Amino acid sequence: MAFVNLKSKVIQVKIVYYGPGRGGKTTNLEYIYQKFRQRINSEMVTVKTHGDRTLFFDFLPFDIGLINGYNIKIQLYTVPGQVKYNATRRLVLRGVDGVVFVADAMTVRREKNIQSLENLQENLTSYKKGLNTLPWVLQYNKIDLREQGIPLLPVDVLEGDLNREFHAPHFPASAVKGTNVVATLKKIISMTIASIKKEFL
Amino acid sequence: MSYALDQKQLDRIEEILKTDLIDNGVRCVFLIDMAGNIITNLDNGEKQHDIYSLAALAAGNFGAVSAMAKIIGESEFSLLFHKGKKENIHFNKISAEFLLITIFGNDISLGFLRLKVSESVEQLKRIMESLMSAHA
Ligand SMILES: Nc1nc2c(ncn2[C@@H]2O[C@H](COP(=O)(O)OP(=O)(O)OP(=O)(O)O)[C@@H](O)[C@H]2O)c(=O)[nH]1
Ligand SMILES: [Mg+2]
Repeated sequence: MAFVNLKSKVIQVKIVYYGPGRGGKTTNLEYIYQKFRQRINSEMVTVKTHGDRTLFFDFLPFDIGLINGYNIKIQLYTVPGQVKYNATRRLVLRGVDGVVFVADAMTVRREKNIQSLENLQENLTSYKKGLNTLPWVLQYNKIDLREQGIPLLPVDVLEGDLNREFHAPHFPASAVKGTNVVATLKKIISMTIASIKKEFL
Repeated sequence: MSYALDQKQLDRIEEILKTDLIDNGVRCVFLIDMAGNIITNLDNGEKQHDIYSLAALAAGNFGAVSAMAKIIGESEFSLLFHKGKKENIHFNKISAEFLLITIFGNDISLGFLRLKVSESVEQLKRIMESLMSAHA
């Protein structure tokens, strides 16, 4: 739920990276943080356990500058992907304006992706939102593993499993290498801003 | 979905927070929503905090504590307060969607702070009523 401050002309927008545990959500934000360091004037906030798994969320504020005279502040969040953390996952989703679903392209993770997407839909329903109306994009992550001979799901299988009903934009990506990380981000930002514009600006 | 506050509403809110809280010795006050957005923030000019990170963590923290209350059968905990050596932080819910956070030093007693916060909250509620019903 974006907040528009008509006095200071600032709009705050919440984008959440969602997906199965170890899929690469935190790695996406780390890459963005490194890449745009000069433009981000605060530290990335992470609430994690010592195994580097996200316990509550990661948070990265990201200014994209002026649109129609409004200063747009994008707030990037990741959820904890592990199944047991659903209560905190749902909290992070509160007031979400756009979602990046980071699927793990490894063949062994096929079921986990499907379960995580179902879980996203359940949690969105609890806020009276859904994937048919909310701006969202899919990222098929870890494509760099192909070089190491690790079996990956072909894009049409991933599309069939996750995106058949929705036809959301999708990006094959490698969060560690940075492939399509920025493209994914740009796409979700432009879709989210477009939907806020329709409603507000 | 998005929502907005105009100049007049924000001026009025800031005036309340300034006279009730900042002028009474509070270092820093934030009005945020449960998504972690900052509606307004004021400070006494002494210290700059990373306000966006603070708001994100405060909204998460408040949400987590509310969820704990529900699990043990409380509708909510009425006092949410973290005490430090020099700085203290206090949370007060305004409605299901909005939260007032104050940061204050040991020169103010918790009792006095709570009194001043609840006075501001009453006034804020009136200004934000239209927004609250829109979210209900
Ligand atoms: N090879 C490869 N490894 C990746 C990629 N993205 C992430 N990883 C690795 O996968 C592991 C998990 O990545 P994270 O970014 O922590 O995953 P997460 O989705 O945040 O996981 P949770 O916080 O548990 O939900 C780490 O060891 C990453 O280095 C990728 O594109 N390619
Ligand atoms: Mg993570």
